[in-house]
Amino acid sequence: MSEEQIKNLEAQFNARIERDEKIEPKDWMPEKYRKTHIRQMSQHAHSEIVGMLPEGNWITRAPSLRRKVALLAKVQDEAGHGLYLYSATETLGISREEMYEQLHTGKAKYSSIFNYPTLTWADMGAIGWLVDGAAIINQVPLCNTSYGPYARAMIRVCKEESFHQRQGFEIMMKLAKGTPEQKDLAQDALNRWWWPSLMMLGPKDEESIHTEQSMKWKLKRKSNDDLRQQFIDQTVPQADLIGLTIPDPELKWNKERGSYDFGPINWDEFWQVVKGYGPCNKERIKARVGAWKEGEWVRDAAMAYAEKQANKNFNKAV
Amino acid sequence: MKKNWPLWEVFVRSKNGLEHRHFGSLHAADAEMALENARDVYTRRNEGVSIWVVESKNITASNPSNNGELFEPAQDKVYRHPTFYKLPDEIKHM
Repeated sequence: MSEEQIKNLEAQFNARIERDEKIEPKDWMPEKYRKTHIRQMSQHAHSEIVGMLPEGNWITRAPSLRRKVALLAKVQDEAGHGLYLYSATETLGISREEMYEQLHTGKAKYSSIFNYPTLTWADMGAIGWLVDGAAIINQVPLCNTSYGPYARAMIRVCKEESFHQRQGFEIMMKLAKGTPEQKDLAQDALNRWWWPSLMMLGPKDEESIHTEQSMKWKLKRKSNDDLRQQFIDQTVPQADLIGLTIPDPELKWNKERGSYDFGPINWDEFWQVVKGYGPCNKERIKARVGAWKEGEWVRDAAMAYAEKQANKNFNKAV
Repeated sequence: MKKNWPLWEVFVRSKNGLEHRHFGSLHAADAEMALENARDVYTRRNEGVSIWVVESKNITASNPSNNGELFEPAQDKVYRHPTFYKLPDEIKHM
């Protein structure tokens, strides 16, 4: 195709997105659109998969059967969300194996929040309440994104996600109303997860390199800073309600803005974790690669069995 | 050469009386496993009463770049729609 023709196609493509038309897998799309979507969607899938690790850690130690079935269901949902997103990404022409390879070799990133350790049961509460809360704020606008398979996967994800946040908040609420030791656990978890949750909504707008293009493609509807403000404004009253204190001495209601002002975020920490130096980066990838390797014989056996059955049926037929 | 589990497309009937609708896809070694995995991946909350799985390679799809010749001929056949036919005002329902 000549450069002129490509430009023409691109103009038509952009116009379709502007008209709120969806792009489907076999439609023509600019290479950059394809690559950006593969990157964002696969990272999203990886985050769901790696996100199971910090919580899986607590399933056997959940304090009651009620908490255990809820946590188990939540972790199972995350596996499901990872699978919806991987298969949606595959429609762009990348194979599942390539995506796993990118995750396992560190070429592809996943959400940095999962590189923090889960030290106490209260962390299950804080993750559901804060981490899933921030994820929902990030994800809801994606239900309207321009790439059809991604939008459809996100609709399903968002429907399931709200139970995740509620079960987390319930854990926090119960601990906060419990013995002084239990309340301390809840406060300690909030102290540790608050700032990483704010960072989870992405770098400051002026440092976010993909924002402008992503807005055009409706991969993003609001800027990182706007999403962060929304998260803070919605979460602070929830903490007040259950008697926990947000660990930010500069947090203050700003009447004029109708929003909370908040203290500076430690972006050095954020970039350190992104670059691989967080408390659990190595442990997470090791667990993930280990699970993949240990499962290899099962995958091979299933494939061999399927082939044997297919041959049997074929021989019967002839 | 190592063989990976093939890709399957999943169709779910959400309740009797409705058609099966495409829900997504997944990898599985064979049809039976594809059905079982589809149950776990796509119907964890009573989303369905029936599942079809079909290996993706068996689906033949039209190409969007042929959409013109495939679908445009229907556009100028307005006489296929009831609104093409004029009725006297006295007839309220037909």
